[in-house]
Amino acid sequence: MTRKKARAGNKKTSKAKRKSTKKKASKATSRRQGGLFDSEPQPKSTRKARKKTASKKSGSAKQRSSATIDGEMAKEMAKKQKDISVSEFFAKNRHLLGFDSPARALLTTVREAVDNSLDACEEAGVVPDLFIEVKAINPDQHVVIVRDNGPGIVREQLPKIFARLLYGSKFHARKQTRGQQGIGISAAGMYGNLTTGKPMRVISRTSRRKPAIELFLAIDMAKNQPMVKKEVEIEVDWAHGTQVQIELEGTYKKGKHSIDSFLDQVSLANPHVRIEYINPIDEEPVIWDRVSKSLPEAPREILPHPHGVELGILMQMMKETSARTVSGFMCQEFCRVTPNVVRKFSDETEGLGRRIDTDRHPKRLSPADVKILHKGIAATRIMAPPTNCLSPIGEELMGKTLRRNFNPEIVITVTRQPSVYRGNPFQVEAGIAWGGDLPGDDLASIYRFANRVPLQYEQGACAITQSIVASPWKNYEVQQARGALPTGSLAIILHIASVWVPFTSESKKAVASYDEILKEMRLAIMEAGRKLATHLRKKRRLADAERKKDYIKTYIPQIGIALQEILELSDTQRTKAEGKLADVLERSRKM
Amino acid sequence: MSKKIAKSFIDRVKRENARRDKKTVDSIERTAQEIYKKIMRKGKPMLRFPVRSLSNVSYDKKKGYLEIGRARKERTLTVNTVKGFAQTLRMMGLSRELVQTNDFATKRDVYYQSKNWAEAKFTDQSESDTVMDDIEALFSVDDVSREQLRFVPDEHGGAVAGELVVLDPDLDSGEIERIDCTRFGSGAYSIPSSVEHLSFETDAKFVLAIETGGIFQRLQSHKFWKSADCILVSMAGVPTRSTRRFIRKLSDQKKIPVYAFVDCDPYGISNIYRTLKVGSGNAAHINRFFCVPSASFLGVTPQDIIDYKLPTHPLKDVDIKRAKDALKNDPFFQSKKKWSAALEQLLKMGVRAEQQSLAMWGLNYVIEEYLPAKLANPGKFLP
Repeated sequence: MTRKKARAGNKKTSKAKRKSTKKKASKATSRRQGGLFDSEPQPKSTRKARKKTASKKSGSAKQRSSATIDGEMAKEMAKKQKDISVSEFFAKNRHLLGFDSPARALLTTVREAVDNSLDACEEAGVVPDLFIEVKAINPDQHVVIVRDNGPGIVREQLPKIFARLLYGSKFHARKQTRGQQGIGISAAGMYGNLTTGKPMRVISRTSRRKPAIELFLAIDMAKNQPMVKKEVEIEVDWAHGTQVQIELEGTYKKGKHSIDSFLDQVSLANPHVRIEYINPIDEEPVIWDRVSKSLPEAPREILPHPHGVELGILMQMMKETSARTVSGFMCQEFCRVTPNVVRKFSDETEGLGRRIDTDRHPKRLSPADVKILHKGIAATRIMAPPTNCLSPIGEELMGKTLRRNFNPEIVITVTRQPSVYRGNPFQVEAGIAWGGDLPGDDLASIYRFANRVPLQYEQGACAITQSIVASPWKNYEVQQARGALPTGSLAIILHIASVWVPFTSESKKAVASYDEILKEMRLAIMEAGRKLATHLRKKRRLADAERKKDYIKTYIPQIGIALQEILELSDTQRTKAEGKLADVLERSRKM
Repeated sequence: MSKKIAKSFIDRVKRENARRDKKTVDSIERTAQEIYKKIMRKGKPMLRFPVRSLSNVSYDKKKGYLEIGRARKERTLTVNTVKGFAQTLRMMGLSRELVQTNDFATKRDVYYQSKNWAEAKFTDQSESDTVMDDIEALFSVDDVSREQLRFVPDEHGGAVAGELVVLDPDLDSGEIERIDCTRFGSGAYSIPSSVEHLSFETDAKFVLAIETGGIFQRLQSHKFWKSADCILVSMAGVPTRSTRRFIRKLSDQKKIPVYAFVDCDPYGISNIYRTLKVGSGNAAHINRFFCVPSASFLGVTPQDIIDYKLPTHPLKDVDIKRAKDALKNDPFFQSKKKWSAALEQLLKMGVRAEQQSLAMWGLNYVIEEYLPAKLANPGKFLP
């Protein structure tokens, strides 16, 4: 006992010593830091810090010996407490954005750049021409160049768009776009900068009459602010557009999760896009020519539908609105809401405990009131949101791209009527290519698209895959093992277009399984499947007829031989019998 | 046996064989002739097969075996059936040829023979077996058995020992082989796959058909047949066709009873004994040849378990299912009240006992006590 105590005592003293040395060191570093971030607003963070340390003090006071709690401690700690920048957060959690392996990092970079380019071109009404090049510096380091013929970006915006996370025009818009949060391309640039030290190179030209601007950009991760390393005007041989060049640590691979496969799929869902692609291995560039010269109809922006809004968002919107009554707010901020509809909300709230007066000022509603109102909205029948905001690929064009990419025997495409989940309009399209150059006897290849963007990962977790597996392929003359994808010479594409595609995670890999979405997907596949079955049955009937004709020729002589053997017939008798039998069977086959 | 008797015996066998062979060939030719005529009249030929399923099976007490019913299925020659038709006819041709050359073929032989049939050849033995079953069913209507069609099973029959002389005539040399089943020492006579030509000499009082090789060996090595004056047959599980046919011929020719000695469990009762006595349900078209209606059940009976205090095992789920199935669906057990009662009793007891469980009372208890006690009262055997 005594010995133990003695040791414990020793420990305490040594600990105290160590602490004191540490304190000195941290003092030194924090002073240096203070110098760096002079501009940062200090008072706020100190205030926060004091609160935290106060609680800590009371909790830990007992364990620590009479040490020096005199305010010094809290000050020291305060120096370490500060805001976490979004950029820093993502630099440390790169897997959330698709940079978890070198192979994926390269693919993600191309994906983000391509998404951005296509959205930019379409918004500006330009039929997109994409040029993509991946060059190897060494097997673990590559340069990605993506150029479009879009409108270009003005000088002032360039740094923000490419070198600041969560900056963009799409997040707030309720319309069908490829990118959503504005993280992608800047994250790719940041990743490249982190792994190779090289800044992102952006060239943009907005008009034939103006020279192109070349910028070298990096992100100040602590502040989530762009840093322009170098800026020049240069000559380029293209009239307008934007080119992004990122050098990064990444490995080039072929296969299902490759850049090649990604671009192939982009070409499937975007019939109006021409893509030229040079990869580090093959000599010849790969070119996908457009099958349509006109842009798809531009998706329109719509107001949110009351059934899609979450309680927290509703509260936020009510705080920020300029409307002076709840009724006015609802009519102004949501689609399909009229004063009449608002009255119905109010009626519904009566049954939920308290009638919410919709003439009140939205900012005066208590959180409990908003909660009841939210429930009342959910209970009210409201007209579905307008669906002209969606831009499907279309049956004809989808058929054309399927033919171009797979050279199949038959193509079937189905575009469903738009539908709604949680107040969000969406539309599902399915395409099946069968036979021809497609390999047989394998599981069907599945191509999943959300707002024309290919989904390459987490196939199993995706509503698209689930709906394909759940479809009765055997009824469509296609083999299918229980709980598996169908087997055969088959490629299936499924596209969901929506103002807000529900993904299972931030990195947009798989569509979440909402009942309404699953149902529409299944209906699309089933419609396509039935058409496929019609084709296959007809084909089989013809083959059967052919085979039966052969059957008659093949087996009748055997019957003849057997009868001759048993009944000791002459050759003439046998030939005669065979002839008559052939006649009889031929006649019955035709009937 | 004098030369004269031997010659007359051989002659009789030959005459019998010739009569049978003619019948076989006639049947085949008649069937083929019908088809040929139909073809020449530009009609669609067809074959009529008895339906081979339990729904078309009945038990006739007087006849004493499970009998196939009148239901027939017709197979018309169409584009879809042309291959099967050609194969059936070619196999009939093969059968006729086998009869004429006095040869035989096993299932496997037939399969390989078909390789000469160009496109009508079989790609798998299961296909040729199916066609063979069809032909067998087809001709069973004319009382022609598979053996008479010269298709013999691959499997061996059981083992025989005891007071029996089997006469196996060699038709080529005119000699008759006399096989004395008392003189196999510690071994036994093995029943051939075809038994139609055999004849018997015996003074034995009964045939004892035994399920397991273990009990057979014990009875054989202690020459039980001598003391009990009987013939021992080892069935080794469900008796094969030739074993059933052998026992049947022996019992018919020599007018001696057959006693079955099997395990007391639903398998021993409803599979082994039932098949021995009245034939099997799924091959009902051949039962008339391959059953032993004179058989009765010596033991082990459910009552024996109690009387002899036998060690038991609990009935397994499959046993219970089998027993209930027998009670519910099997026309044989349904027509025998004593059997229904015995099965009910067994189910109620919930146990089973093997014939070898008698060894608990001493290895030779079965010879010294059990069998003599049982054989003193054959009238009490289960039907």
